[in-house]
Amino acid sequence: MKALSQHRHHPMAYLVILLLALVATGGVYAAFQPRAAQAEGASQEDIAAGEQLFLANCATCHGTNGQGQTDADGNTLGPSLIGVGAAAVDFQVGTGRMPMQNSGPQAQRKMPQMNEEQTAQLAAYVASLGPGPSIPTADAVDPAQGDPVEGGEIYRINCAMCHNAAGAGGALTHGKFAPPLTGVEPKHIYEAMETGPQNMPVFNDSNISAEQKRDVIAYLDALEENGSPGGLSLGSLGPVTEGLYAWTIILALLMGTAVWLGAKAK
Amino acid sequence: MTTTDPSSRTTVSALAAPEGGGFPNPGLPPHEHRAADVDPRAERRAERLVAAMFVLSILGTVLFVASYFLFSPTGTNLLAEPDTLHAVRWNTLFTGLGLAISVFFIGAAAVHWAKTLMPDHEMVEERHELGSDAEGQRQAVQILSDGIQESGITRRPLIVTAMVGAFAVLPIAVLAPLSTLGPLPGNKLHHTFWKAGLRLTRDHDGTPIKASEVAMNSIFHIMPEGLTNETENYLEERAKAAAVIVRIDPSIGQDEESLANGYNGILAFSKICTHVGCPAALYEQQTHHMLCPCHQSTFDVTDGAKVIFGPAHRPLPQLPIEVDAEGYLVAKGDFPEPIGPSFWDIHKEK
Amino acid sequence: MSTTTDTRGSSRSDAPEKGGRMARLGSVGGDWLDQRVGGARLVRFFARKIFPDHWSFMFGEVALYSFVILLISGVFLTMFFVPSMDEVVYDGVYEPLQGAHMSKAYESTLHLSFEVSGGLLMRQIHHWAALVFMVAIFVHMFRVFFTGAFRKPRELNWLVGFGLMMLGMVAGFSGYSLPDDVLSGNGLRIAEGLMLAMPLVGPYLSFFLFGGEFPGHYIIPRLFTVHILLIPAAILGLIGIHLAMLVAHKHTQYPGPGRTDKNVVGYPLFPVYTAKAGGFFFLVFGIIALVSATTSINAVWIYGPYDPSPVSAGSQPDWYMLFTDGGLRLIPGWESTIFGYVFSWNILIPMAFYGAFLAFLALYPFLEAWVTGDDREHHVLDLPYNVPVRTGLGVAWISIYLILCLGATNDLLAIALKLSINDLTWLYRISFFVVPVLVFFVTKRLCLAIQRHKRDLALHGVETSKVVRMADGEMLEIHEPLSDYDRWVLVSADQFRPLKAGKGVSGLRAKASSFFFKDYIEPVTPADLRKALEHGSHEQHKIDELIGAGTGDHATN
Repeated sequence: MKALSQHRHHPMAYLVILLLALVATGGVYAAFQPRAAQAEGASQEDIAAGEQLFLANCATCHGTNGQGQTDADGNTLGPSLIGVGAAAVDFQVGTGRMPMQNSGPQAQRKMPQMNEEQTAQLAAYVASLGPGPSIPTADAVDPAQGDPVEGGEIYRINCAMCHNAAGAGGALTHGKFAPPLTGVEPKHIYEAMETGPQNMPVFNDSNISAEQKRDVIAYLDALEENGSPGGLSLGSLGPVTEGLYAWTIILALLMGTAVWLGAKAK
Repeated sequence: MTTTDPSSRTTVSALAAPEGGGFPNPGLPPHEHRAADVDPRAERRAERLVAAMFVLSILGTVLFVASYFLFSPTGTNLLAEPDTLHAVRWNTLFTGLGLAISVFFIGAAAVHWAKTLMPDHEMVEERHELGSDAEGQRQAVQILSDGIQESGITRRPLIVTAMVGAFAVLPIAVLAPLSTLGPLPGNKLHHTFWKAGLRLTRDHDGTPIKASEVAMNSIFHIMPEGLTNETENYLEERAKAAAVIVRIDPSIGQDEESLANGYNGILAFSKICTHVGCPAALYEQQTHHMLCPCHQSTFDVTDGAKVIFGPAHRPLPQLPIEVDAEGYLVAKGDFPEPIGPSFWDIHKEK
Repeated sequence: MSTTTDTRGSSRSDAPEKGGRMARLGSVGGDWLDQRVGGARLVRFFARKIFPDHWSFMFGEVALYSFVILLISGVFLTMFFVPSMDEVVYDGVYEPLQGAHMSKAYESTLHLSFEVSGGLLMRQIHHWAALVFMVAIFVHMFRVFFTGAFRKPRELNWLVGFGLMMLGMVAGFSGYSLPDDVLSGNGLRIAEGLMLAMPLVGPYLSFFLFGGEFPGHYIIPRLFTVHILLIPAAILGLIGIHLAMLVAHKHTQYPGPGRTDKNVVGYPLFPVYTAKAGGFFFLVFGIIALVSATTSINAVWIYGPYDPSPVSAGSQPDWYMLFTDGGLRLIPGWESTIFGYVFSWNILIPMAFYGAFLAFLALYPFLEAWVTGDDREHHVLDLPYNVPVRTGLGVAWISIYLILCLGATNDLLAIALKLSINDLTWLYRISFFVVPVLVFFVTKRLCLAIQRHKRDLALHGVETSKVVRMADGEMLEIHEPLSDYDRWVLVSADQFRPLKAGKGVSGLRAKASSFFFKDYIEPVTPADLRKALEHGSHEQHKIDELIGAGTGDHATN
């Protein structure tokens, strides 16, 4: 919220509002469109519609042909999207990270600005720029078909150091962070491993196979399903929040009791 | 031994005597009566409240015992399938609440009883100085010096010398068992399981890795081939052998030697932090930094994993690698220097 | 209660006989005990010992009671916990680990958490009680510090209490490591890294402790013995000494009318404090049970069984060890090689600092006694604002402690505050040097300001907010003078002044006493009070004249 209010009077704010308005109009328009080729593979119309969306929402940073752009100082505005595949688009746009609202150490998860159909169209367009990982099928990310025991082992070795053992997230250098994994859709978890968004390394199938990715998803699902048998989890952040709880809530209870004990009765 | 008269201690004190003799202590203020002291109805109310709290405690105990059996984690559970964490949740909650109620209200009843119904007239107890007067101290010293005389310790230097010797030698008897607590380090801190020709395998499933499988900007957590559950000292070897491989574009590499020890930008580093030994493998694929989650030491893998932030000093040791005939990544040898935290003779060859 | 008057009458008539029987039984039993253990003398000595009432005196008891709760819950845990590092394959009820390899220690922890009724509750009671134990020790210690309760004759008891705090930290750390999960295993690995850094002996120490290379097969059983035998025995012993000295010294009391260094005013151990302090045990137990029923602590099944390869983001020790981690995070990567041998300053400097930091606390009573040269017994407590430099030093010490704790949580704070972890680390590095100094001076000034305010209060009484304007335009506020009882607390504090060097006072001691006492507020003297009261009554007279003359509308609020 703070970040948003800081940028309210920035000239970019008008641009963002304009973009939001465009997206909203697009959304309304799309809602009244006959839903034709949605489930099937990408059609030419999808790619064409995706290109329009791309030019309106993405080209400023990623270039009109998705080739990437740098500013005058040579800093990357947006990386090249050739070969990142549909999976990367589905992750970035589907979790609301793209289009980016304001520049910061890394793109934040937020309410998606595109609906599912627009996301699919954008993905189809970017996939047409060069071969890359595609969006996983429903089976490939079905937690019921994965093995949470295997997944747990893989998760602890490859993921927990950044995302925390309970998937609560963790800090990286200079304001970057590994986001929490709770409440993230299985396909987005799969796509993130596959494509390595932001500073996350790539865990493609030659490192963690497709089946193993599903195991990881099954493990995260099991963590959420099991809940917290001990009661309030305090964010699953470990001893620090537990200590803070002891110094605030418990100490207040003890102090209240002691004050009552020491006070003279009326 | 001499006695010091307590009154003759002569430390100069910074205490300043109050001007004008200070104020007199007015003594205890008059007692104020409580409601229960003067109003029989308030007294009855307090009495009933105390009794009610004891009864509440009994109910808590009943809840505790009942929930042991009605909310069992593995047997009957009214709210969840047995043998699940949900069953554990209800078991913990209800036994805990029962226990909390049963003990808390015993305490609350006792305290309320004391506060409202037991006398609340403040009582005064005199204090006495702990120390004895000069005569008392003199007598104590006399007793001790008599005892010393009787023991003859001052007159029998032979015994004293022998005794001091005995006590001086005794600690050796303590040191001997201490030394059997563990073996000497020898060269164990200097070597790991890695040796020339061992394939790099994925830590989570033990499969070997082809160079062609290592995508740009990826990280593999690796262990040496053949290090399995069956290996002797399995965990100790894992603790030293744990490593990662990353792949960078060789054109951004800043350390020629480091690149030469890798293969086409594929570089293998120990993931044990050189500060105090946490696994330091939070890899940022855009900045190419490796971060330790314990104390935030940050290593730059494009520059031979040198430290660019935080408390570590030495770079992460690099495992020299090459590719075997089948295209799999193999180690060219052990780490060139000990992995993990520094110790005093780390640079000595062993 | 709802019996008829008849039975009530009859029961009343029974009462004397019943009481008689009870009394006879009691006298026989009492006599039996008295002949064997001198029971009567014990009762005479203890039953009417006086304890002063104040909420801040209860935290030592909280610590004691948490320790008792730790013993009770700990005994329960030992019935199920297996302190062994032998490897087993898990086949318990927790699905995500079924088939995983783990140590028996970890497996038995899962078993007692998930398959023993009340087991997880007991584990949580044990762990929460451990946190509360250390919280209570800290609160108690700083109550003692800020009120000067450590002064003669209690210096040794302060040291015993300090020893208890250190033992509590060891007890906590050894217990935290027992479940053999990834979090505690990495904690042990850090401990190994710290040991390795000790010049000359480091590798040997580590190999002796772990029985060979880290992690080995010995550390959990060894820590188990330390945790359930050595440390609790030592803590019990020190608690015994601590309480024996408390009985010998009798409790301190806050300044107040009728309270002196020669008496203690309060309530007798029997019956009032038996009920209050005994009841308080159950209250503390109830609060810990409530928290343990509702709040998870150390969910080891999420961390997974210990394996040297993984680590979790946000790896921290329990709160009382946090400060030790803070220095390790804030220190730059200094290390030097001298004649081929390595000196890890990035570890040795923090360790040396912690030693000095804790030693300052332990030795403070002796330092202050040396500065003041005060050889009297003290049983009436200081109010913290009456001793500005001590209070300032204490708050500065706490500020360093807090900065180290914040430093140790920089990763969590970076996320919570959306800041860069690197910037935060630098902020704490600078704060470590700047904040304690600032905090010291601010606290000292604040104390002096409070003293000034209290001085005015003692002289002029309470402002009533009623202002009267006199005929000549002068505004007078009506003050309500204090009673002798209320004033006493404000005028009874000891006064110290800097010493001059020479005549048995060393230059260093003169400097130290100047540091402590050069700034002060002139205390109220009887002469000051007399003058103020005269002035007050003069004004009162003028006000009476006005208001008495029927011009009440001059009085405004």
